[in-house]
Amino acid sequence: MTEAIERPASAVPPWEYASAPESTDIVRLDDRYGLFIGGEFVEPKSGRWFPTISPSTEETLAEVAEADAADVARAVDAARDAAPVWRALAPAERAKYVFRIARQLQERAREFAVLESLNGGKPIKESRDVDIPLAAAHFFYYAGWADKLEYAFPGRDAPRPVGVAGQIIPWNFPLLMAAWKLAPALAAGNTTVLKPAETTPLTALLLAQVMQEAELPPGVVNIVTGAGETGAALVDAPVDKIAFTGSTEVGKIIRRSTAGTGKRLTLELGGKAANIVFEDAPLDQAVEGVINGIFFNQGHVCCAGSRLLVQEPVFDALLGKLKDRLQTLRVGDPLDKNTDVGAINSRAQLEKIEELVESGVEEGAEIYQPECLLPERGFWFRPTLFTGVSQSHRIAREEIFGPVLSILTFRTVDEAVEKANNTPYGLSAGIWTEKGSRILHMAQRLRAGVVWANTFNRFDPTSPFGGYKESGFGREGGLHGLEPYLTFDGGAR
Amino acid sequence: MTDRLEVRRTAKLYIGGAFPRSESGRSYEVTTHEGEPLAQVSQASRKDLREAVVAARAVFPAWSGATAYLRGQILYRVAEMMEGRRVQFEDELADAGAADPARGVSASIDRWVWYAGWADKLAQVVGATNPVAGPYFNFTLPEPTGVVGIVAPGDQSLLGLVSRLAPVIVSGNTTVAIASERSPLPAVSLAEVLATSDVPAGVVNILTGRTAELVPWLASHMDVNGLDVTGVPDELLADTERAAAENVKRVHHAPDADPFDEAAQSPYEITAFTESKTVWHPMGA
Repeated sequence: MTEAIERPASAVPPWEYASAPESTDIVRLDDRYGLFIGGEFVEPKSGRWFPTISPSTEETLAEVAEADAADVARAVDAARDAAPVWRALAPAERAKYVFRIARQLQERAREFAVLESLNGGKPIKESRDVDIPLAAAHFFYYAGWADKLEYAFPGRDAPRPVGVAGQIIPWNFPLLMAAWKLAPALAAGNTTVLKPAETTPLTALLLAQVMQEAELPPGVVNIVTGAGETGAALVDAPVDKIAFTGSTEVGKIIRRSTAGTGKRLTLELGGKAANIVFEDAPLDQAVEGVINGIFFNQGHVCCAGSRLLVQEPVFDALLGKLKDRLQTLRVGDPLDKNTDVGAINSRAQLEKIEELVESGVEEGAEIYQPECLLPERGFWFRPTLFTGVSQSHRIAREEIFGPVLSILTFRTVDEAVEKANNTPYGLSAGIWTEKGSRILHMAQRLRAGVVWANTFNRFDPTSPFGGYKESGFGREGGLHGLEPYLTFDGGAR
Repeated sequence: MTDRLEVRRTAKLYIGGAFPRSESGRSYEVTTHEGEPLAQVSQASRKDLREAVVAARAVFPAWSGATAYLRGQILYRVAEMMEGRRVQFEDELADAGAADPARGVSASIDRWVWYAGWADKLAQVVGATNPVAGPYFNFTLPEPTGVVGIVAPGDQSLLGLVSRLAPVIVSGNTTVAIASERSPLPAVSLAEVLATSDVPAGVVNILTGRTAELVPWLASHMDVNGLDVTGVPDELLADTERAAAENVKRVHHAPDADPFDEAAQSPYEITAFTESKTVWHPMGA
């Protein structure tokens, strides 16, 4: 790392905390996990396996099968075979299967939370209080739609499932993203092949066990593990729909691959959200929102508030409060219940963050990092602020996907709007002001799919989520999230 | 009876509310369906297309920011102006070989009226308030996608174009449309109607020319947010979709319904080029 972030030797964290570790006894892992195809775990035809680790210790947790194109084809065949069974089921019965999944997730919530933090590095308080409850809620919400689809889209006749969906999800919210993909697909009567991210396959494989426990008909959900090649094989496989959450770069590759195939596509891609603080904002609340906006889940959040726009009169006050707050963030063991910022998900991601942060320093922005001790093993990055950032800096334009906040200033409402919208992305935005009319005015002018006013990073299964511009198309969540999984008489090609 | 020399119309492009010739200086001959010469029509270039996108982008804030009531009235006004010029449209459709020109014009006028009425209803039908599990008022609204490229169908040179244009602009999008290559004259006349219908300059830009030449530039343009590919020939569709990936354009193909059929008009043709925006607002004393 650069010299600019060396801390003075005399500096010590202001407070000491006792550790409060969550026990991992509740998780019983197998040595290796096959592919989940046709309701069973099977050996990969590829014959290849890869280790999956804990990013906080770099220890191997288990081995996981690497699916090649033949394995993917087998999974798609299983989904295709199951499609007539699943769609022929009475919708009310289909609903009950999905309700079962929701309930079983709640039942095993602690186990899922611990495993999520082990495999992904996120703080246990987040996996326990956010990821797992929201995943269960998502299944519960969509379950109820299964027998009410004809009420969802007025004037549209005969809603029917699209068919077989190929679903590719990222590593930042592994189980939650699986729920976002599977729940609406199943409720609408589709069968699926899900590919979890290479670095975080374990909760999806535990979810496969839940599918078995729910006695979901074999082949309705299939899970193939692997990296980019596995994902590419799934995109190219004879599926009817692709749903992808991940980087804009990969999203564009998928869009090119599906060109001319007639496959339906939804993309939930990157972001570079502006979190905008006006001079009349409740500053202490705003500080909490800004901190949550960028350091929640180590900043591995596509809708993270990674650009802070501060109105000039409150810049000094807000910056002081942010630095103070940063000093109290606890970085370390994801399984410690006090931890605020956990491990970076992978070495590759850590290197990407480090490279972009170095570019920020080189391009002339001023870096601030709190004093904090980092564990010796594993992948870690200090919460980081940049001031003196200009719009042309890479750290103001590129998605860092890490705990790094770029701070810019503005004077007028128009300038805030212009700077916020000055990005190819358009996933989310935040507004902090006490003035209601200004909230609505800003909400209208910001070109982003989700706008949080005086809050940030809130999610709910009833609330549609998705981007404008290069942040993708299609929505997940809410009534709007059903549409990509349905087809209608006389509907669009 | 004295001989009088007919005053012929020069069929030009429609860009930013003006009627320029192609900067390339090119034009091409259009004939009736029986092969009789009809007119020379401007053959737009890549540069014309880019000028059209600039015009469409410039007026997007004003058009998308106009009230829904106003947009509805303006679309209705288009229908009024078309009605007044229906003989001209009927003649042009007859030249293009339409089986029943009067029916085509009537359906086109009625389609404007139908979509005009959606302007102030769409958000009520496809918007939502979402009962989130927390102290937040949460609502979702449709907003226009931005600048939308339209490749109008080669056949149904009037109704096909109107059926693509009206749902795109009623929500507040602005557009660059490529007219039917074979029968562009109804599109040129429609441009003359739009210019006198209170549709702000630049909201609709209409290019005539070679579809295969213009589509790649429209599909790859980085300031175009959406693309209606209904009129893209099948053999160009894959390349067009690939080019559209570069800035993640929304790509839409109209349903295969008969354009005269009621199923050809739908609020979901409007939402093909809208974005759902969800706003979270805390509730508390």
